[in-house]
Amino acid sequence: MSEDVTLEILRYRSELDSEPHFQTYTVPYRDDWVVLDALNHIKDHVDATLSYRWSCHMAICGSCGMMINGEPKLACHAFLRDYRHDVIRIEPLDHFPIERDLVTVMDSFMEKLSSVKPYVIAKQKKALSDGENLQTPLQLMAFKQYTLCINCLLCYAACPQCGLNESFVGPAALALAHRYNLDSRDAGKEQRADVVASNEGIWECTFVGACSDVCPKHVDPAAAIQQTKISASLDWFKARLLPGAHR
Amino acid sequence: MARSNKPILWLPFAAGGLVAALIIPVLILITGLLVPLGILPLPYDKMAAFAHNPLGKLILFGTVALPAWHAAHRLRMTAHDLGFSDGVAVKVICYGSAWALIAITAAALVIV
Amino acid sequence: MSRRPYTRKVKRSWWLGRRRYVVYMVRELTSLFVGLYCALLVVGLWRLAEGRAAWDGFLDALSSPLGVLFQLVCLAFAAYHSVTWFALTPKAMPLAVRGEPVPAKAIVGMHYGAWAVVSLIVLIAAGI
Repeated sequence: MSEDVTLEILRYRSELDSEPHFQTYTVPYRDDWVVLDALNHIKDHVDATLSYRWSCHMAICGSCGMMINGEPKLACHAFLRDYRHDVIRIEPLDHFPIERDLVTVMDSFMEKLSSVKPYVIAKQKKALSDGENLQTPLQLMAFKQYTLCINCLLCYAACPQCGLNESFVGPAALALAHRYNLDSRDAGKEQRADVVASNEGIWECTFVGACSDVCPKHVDPAAAIQQTKISASLDWFKARLLPGAHR
Repeated sequence: MARSNKPILWLPFAAGGLVAALIIPVLILITGLLVPLGILPLPYDKMAAFAHNPLGKLILFGTVALPAWHAAHRLRMTAHDLGFSDGVAVKVICYGSAWALIAITAAALVIV
Repeated sequence: MSRRPYTRKVKRSWWLGRRRYVVYMVRELTSLFVGLYCALLVVGLWRLAEGRAAWDGFLDALSSPLGVLFQLVCLAFAAYHSVTWFALTPKAMPLAVRGEPVPAKAIVGMHYGAWAVVSLIVLIAAGI
């Protein structure tokens, strides 16, 4: 006799529904199943109209972020066995518009991400023949943690400020800006500051810390943002108080 | 996007948070428990002498002004969290209160 | 088929019902009590400036039941502010000694040490 698990999934199909509503599904319980396995079971055997994003099933592609019992999680990282004897309530990530069922619209994030110029901006153009940009292990360690982001957007769903102000650049993009600012090969901090140190950048953050709590890769965006606040504040005062500084 | 002038609000907020964390609990311990219990009398002559001393004035001013600013800035942010629009009213109430406390402190330290 | 994305509104009560956000809101509201106690300090300074009789009256007010109750509430929130503030310092101000990061616990510990030293200095200065 096999056990079952009940899932309540928020459905929204724009051609049928005026607003989202929960639909209940029952799936068999397997000790080694994650929520994504349950969704795949529904898609394959119960209701093929259910839409959600996924790809790798191993917490590296960052596609299957969703609210599981109110907490932003990767569906491939959330075992059914951790929700025993509970109805599992599944919703699309908070703070993003719903495209369809569990699929969100992430265009706003894509714009924010590119706005912080998340790539090495070299001090000066170098010919290929000049060789590689060397970096010591210590210089790498300064930012390595912040390179691990997989853009799963759990931090945007966890951050209340992302919900209260949709123009907030947000945790992942700001952490990535910090990652390049800390890179010894990079000279783009001044350019990024126009976005990072704007009202919609770091200053919207109130250090709730939820972004870092939910990050499946332990990137710690909250730390990145606070460090950027301190450095941006010092830069602000330096630009105004030091003789000969340009503004 | 333009760079923000928030540092001028935020740095004193952060400094005030640290000062408040370090010194406010022991001050409340004194004024709220040790004075009422009669353990510390805080005699007038001693307090007035401290407030007359230039260094004493500076310490008293920092002890009030920085935590007051910290509180004002944090309350402004919290008002926004609670759904109040971050408009003139909230700013006037929060920063206005802090400025009032700072001004009265300065006046008291001048005339003491 | 045209797209029609659905945007959910954030409720005013977003912070209720999840422990993480309630804890955050309590942390933020410590500032209210820090601010109120600052106001009390300002009253005290003003009383001090007014002279001996006013100062003694202030001390009496501090010792009234209402004064003590108010201050005990402030003390609870102020201490909570200290604990939460120190807990977050390693994230905001990570330290490195000769390139090696200082453990977070050591940074928090240094703040507790400073808290103890400052408290002791204030108590001694106040005449304990």
